Amino acid sequence: MTGPGALEGVRVVEVCDELGMFAGKLLADMGAEVVKVEPPEGDRTRTYPPFADDEPGPERSLYFWHYNTSKASVTLDPGVAADAERLRALIDRADILLQSGEAGRELDYEALRETNPGLIMVTLSPFGRGMPREDEASTDLTILAGGGPVWNCGYDDHSLPPVRGGGNQGYHTASHYAVMSALVALLYRDETGQGQHIDVNAHAAANVTTEAGTYTWLVAQQTVQRQTGRHAGVNRSMPSQVLCADGRYVNTGIPPRRPESFAAVCEWLTTAGLAEEFLEFPLLEEGMRRQRFDMTMLQQDEELMAIFGAGRAAMNFLAERLTSYEFFTGGQQRGFQIGIIYSPEEVLEDPHFIERGFPVEVEHPELEKTVTYPGAPYQFEKSPWRIRRRAPRVGEDNERVFAELAGDGG
Amino acid sequence: MPQALSHLRICDFTGQLAGAGATRFLAAFGAQVIRIEDPVNQGRWDILRGMPPYVDERRGVEFGGPFNNHNVEKLGVTLNLRTEKGKELLRELVAVSDVVAENFSAGVLERWGFGYEALQELREDIIYVSNCGFGHRGPYRDFKTWGPIVQAVSGLTFSSGLPDEPPAGWGYSYMDHTGAYYMAIAILMALRHRNRTGEGQWVDLACTEAGASLTGPAMLDYTVNGRPLRRQGSPNSNRSQHPAMAPHGIYPSIEEDTWIAISCRDERDWEAFGEVTGEAWTQEGRFSDLRGRLVAQDALDELVAGWTRARGNFEAASLLQGAGIPATAVQRPQERIDQDPNTSAWGLWPAVEHREMGNVRVDGLPVHFSETDWSMERGGPCLGEHNEEVFGGLLGHSAEEIAAWTEEGVL
Repeated sequence: MTGPGALEGVRVVEVCDELGMFAGKLLADMGAEVVKVEPPEGDRTRTYPPFADDEPGPERSLYFWHYNTSKASVTLDPGVAADAERLRALIDRADILLQSGEAGRELDYEALRETNPGLIMVTLSPFGRGMPREDEASTDLTILAGGGPVWNCGYDDHSLPPVRGGGNQGYHTASHYAVMSALVALLYRDETGQGQHIDVNAHAAANVTTEAGTYTWLVAQQTVQRQTGRHAGVNRSMPSQVLCADGRYVNTGIPPRRPESFAAVCEWLTTAGLAEEFLEFPLLEEGMRRQRFDMTMLQQDEELMAIFGAGRAAMNFLAERLTSYEFFTGGQQRGFQIGIIYSPEEVLEDPHFIERGFPVEVEHPELEKTVTYPGAPYQFEKSPWRIRRRAPRVGEDNERVFAELAGDGG
Repeated sequence: MPQALSHLRICDFTGQLAGAGATRFLAAFGAQVIRIEDPVNQGRWDILRGMPPYVDERRGVEFGGPFNNHNVEKLGVTLNLRTEKGKELLRELVAVSDVVAENFSAGVLERWGFGYEALQELREDIIYVSNCGFGHRGPYRDFKTWGPIVQAVSGLTFSSGLPDEPPAGWGYSYMDHTGAYYMAIAILMALRHRNRTGEGQWVDLACTEAGASLTGPAMLDYTVNGRPLRRQGSPNSNRSQHPAMAPHGIYPSIEEDTWIAISCRDERDWEAFGEVTGEAWTQEGRFSDLRGRLVAQDALDELVAGWTRARGNFEAASLLQGAGIPATAVQRPQERIDQDPNTSAWGLWPAVEHREMGNVRVDGLPVHFSETDWSMERGGPCLGEHNEEVFGGLLGHSAEEIAAWTEEGVL
C-alpha cells in the first residue's frame, strides 16, 4: 500500500538507547520524520548481534536494522560546541523528542520549551525520574523479573527457573507506552498548541502488563503460580500443549464442552480415519446427544466428567497423530480455538500472513539485495504503515539535515 | 489539571482485555468512552464481567474483578441491537462519535448492519478500528483466538523457554495487553491523520501480526543468515540474545521457589561481580572475557547458582546493585505491588470507586504527563449505569422515553 502515513509531517528527534529505540521505529514506519542522533562512531546497538553473514560491522547489525527502519541518522559529538548547537536546533524544530539512556540525559525540558513551547519530550527510563530505585542498573531481563512478568512464566516443574519471555519485551512495552503517550500529547497539542514532558517508567510498564498476576493480588490478595505454556493461576489447570506428529507443539485450547463441539470432534476423527482407533468414541457420541451440560453439576455427574475427559483426550489424540498444521487448520475450521506454536521465522511462511502482506521486502542497495522484514502491526486503509527505507548508515543524513538546519537560520 | 482527550468520544464495543485495554488508556486521559452492552445477555459478550477474582462472596455480572480493572473511567449503556429502536439509538450515537472500536470476531458488527460503510454513512469522517486475532481478511479470517492462541501463532510462545523443554510461553495474555496497546496507537494515529486531512478510515488490526512484529531480530537472523530460532539448544530466553552477555540468567535463591535475575552487561559488571562475591572461580582464565564466558556459559551458570543458592534473593540483589550490577529478585505479586517502594512512589495502584464493589485497587499507568496527566477514579460501569446520562444528557431523549425503552427491552 502506498500513500502518506498517518504521521506525515511529524518531526521526531530520537536520542535513545535500546529502551526507547523501538518507539522511534513505530513512529517512523507510520510516516514521521525521525532523526536518530548518534555519536560520531555510531550507536552502540550497531555492535549487537546477530550480524549479516555473521560479520560484525556498524552497518551489519540485524538488531540495529530492525529497530531503525525508516529513520534518518545524524552524528553529533556532544563535546563539540557546534554539534551541541545543531542538536538544539534540531530539537527547536521538532514536535517530539524521545530520550532514553545516558546520551541526551542533560537535555532539560524547561530549557527546551523556552524556544519550542510546543515540544513533546518523552523520557524513558528503567524506574522513572526521581523514583526511589532510579539509580539501579537494569536490563530487559531485570525489568521483566522485578516488574512481574517473569513470576508468571515457566513450567509446572518449579525446580526449573521461571522464564523471561523472549525478544526484549520489557523494552517493547516501555516503547509502546512512549508512543501511546506521545500521541495523546500530540492530539492535545493539536487542540491547544501546548507541549509537555512525559515520563515513561519501564518497571511500572511491566507491572501493569501482567494481567491476572496483578489483579488477582489487587482484588483478592491471592498469588498465581506458573504453569507450562498456559496462564499462571491460583489453581492448577490442565496441560494445553501437545507435541504433534511433525515434532511441533500446538496449543489445544479449550476442549469440547457443548454438543456441537462433540459433534465436530466426532466428525473430525471420522474424516481423519481415526474414529475406530479412539476407544472412547462412544462417550463423544454421548456428548453429542446431551442437550445441555450443567457445569455446576460437574462434580456430581460422573458420566459428564467422563464425557469431558474423553473430549480432551480426543483433542490430544488428534494432535499426536496429525501434523501441527493439519491440527491447527482442521480444528479451527471446526470451531476450536487452537493454535500452532510457530517459531518466529515460520510465521513468515504461513499462507495467511503472506496473503495479508505481512512479510515485506526492503532494499539494501549497498548489499545489492532485498531483505524480508516483519511488516505492519496494523493495516491502515488510508495512511498506511510502510518501511520507508532500511536503517540508516552512520551519519547518512548529516549533509541533508545540517543543510536544512542552516536553511532554517540555525 | 486539564484532560488531553476530553474533546473525543468513542463508541466502544470492546471487551475482554485485548479491546477494553485500549479504550481504558484513552478514558484515563479524559476521552468519553461509551461502552455498549447487550441487555439480553447482561453484557456477557465480555465474559470478564462475571469472572474472578472477586472482592467478596458476591457473584454475577457486577462483580468481575478483571472487568472493573479493564473498564475504569468508562461509561456503560445497554442497547438491544435486535430491536429497530436499539439500532436507531446506536445510529444516533455513532453520528456524534469520533471513533467506533470493537474486538469481536471478524464480521460480527457488519452482520448487525454496522460495518465500516454503514458507519461512514452515519458520520463521514468516522474512524473504525477493528481488532481480532487474524484480522478481517485472509484465509484465517474466520479463525477464533484468545491471548494464548495469538501468542502461539505469532512466534512469541516459542520464543520463551529453556533448551530441551517444551515452550514455556507467556503465563498470561501478553498479547491481550499488547494488542490493546496497538489498538490504542491505531486509534490515536488515525485521529492524528483526521486532524491533518479531515478523513477518517478503517484500521484492520490483527493481533497475530502485532505479535509477530515483536520478534524482529530473530526473523532477520533467518531471512538474512538462514538461522532459524528453532534449532538445537534454542531458544534459551533467560540468556541474552541481543547483545551477548554472560552471566545472564535467573538463578535459585535459598528459600523454595525464590529466584534472582542477574545480568553482567560488560567487563566492568563482571569484575564487580567477582569483587562482590569474592568467589575464586570468577578469576579463572576461561571466564576472563565475554567470548570465554559465552563458551563456558553452562558451567558459569552452575557456579553463579552455587553462590545465589546460599542467599536470600533480595539480599543478593541488593549486594549486586550496590556494585552497579543489574540484579533483582524475581518479584512475586505481593512483593512488587505492596512492598516495592518504586511502585507506590509512582502511584501505580490507584483505588477506584465501583458502584457495587466499592473501593478497589487497579492497574495505573506507567507514564506521567507534566500538563495533562491521567486519572482513574471511577470504576468499571455497572450494566446500563449511564443510560440516562448518554441517551438523555447526550442524545437529548426524555426520561419518559428512556423509561419506556427500558420497559420494552430496548435498553
